[in-house]
Amino acid sequence: MKSLEELRAIRAKMQGRVGVRAENEKQTRVVVGMATCGIASGARPVLTALSDAVQEQGLSDKINVTQTGCIGLCQYEPIVEVMEPGKEKVTYVKMTPEKALEVLRLHLLGGQVVAKYTLSAAQDKTQ
Amino acid sequence: MMPEISLNILDVAENSIRAQATFVAVTVDVQPEEDIMTVTIGDNGRGMTPEEAANAEDPFFTTRTTRKVGLGIPFFRQAAEGTGGSFRIDSEKGKGTTVKAVFGLSHIDRMPLGDISSVIYTLIVFNEQIRFRYTYTYAEKSFVLDTLELREILGDDISLREPEVSAFIKEYLESGKKEADGGTDV
Repeated sequence: MKSLEELRAIRAKMQGRVGVRAENEKQTRVVVGMATCGIASGARPVLTALSDAVQEQGLSDKINVTQTGCIGLCQYEPIVEVMEPGKEKVTYVKMTPEKALEVLRLHLLGGQVVAKYTLSAAQDKTQ
Repeated sequence: MMPEISLNILDVAENSIRAQATFVAVTVDVQPEEDIMTVTIGDNGRGMTPEEAANAEDPFFTTRTTRKVGLGIPFFRQAAEGTGGSFRIDSEKGKGTTVKAVFGLSHIDRMPLGDISSVIYTLIVFNEQIRFRYTYTYAEKSFVLDTLELREILGDDISLREPEVSAFIKEYLESGKKEADGGTDV
């Protein structure tokens, strides 16, 4: 079994190179709904996929992945909201880990809103 | 319904977080000999009056304003009672709340525990400001992760979300569980 000693080694290795990574205004916030509705629809793997990808790709200075409660659009869960500084919020609905990674690649990194997954696209379809 | 008991745990623990808890204790206790599994989620959040606690069990009561139903607790109760188990909420205003669910382990309607290590990981890493103590017991063997211990080692300036740290937490949870239950599917 892994032991906490390993964590001590990680700590020693990191010492000195860790700055305070405060949330700042320039950061893009990516928020995943994690109330009963979100969790029951599969929000947890979506949150993990986004957060892992942001860490693995070294994007955590630019992108902050967090969770929130019920957004009030339960029928569209799992929901991911993207809030870029100075831009309008984009709400992505019925997310899966795969779709969320597509949003990361195309929108967060590529700057193009993935229209087909947005709330307005989903609402147009049902009308 | 939640497809996995671990998701019920995540859901109820999110209630603790919204109740401004600074300490949340999650225990999963599997006893194959007695054929039961007991799950408790205890917090030091704002707690509920007896009336509020009764309301929490009512699907058509919720304190949130974003929707009109609250199914978290009813789902959890149903998941436990449907296996011949039991469910209770103990809460005291200003002190905290403990939710306890007992499941019939081999009951055909018992949902699998699911990916509990990932759920605990999610709770810990996304709520750094909260101290979590997670205890997983299988028969005689237990595994405990207390985030206070992690904090003592890391100090205050290293985030649990640092890639090396979060990877360690994930592996530590998985190896600890395996050590306790020998990789048995629960």
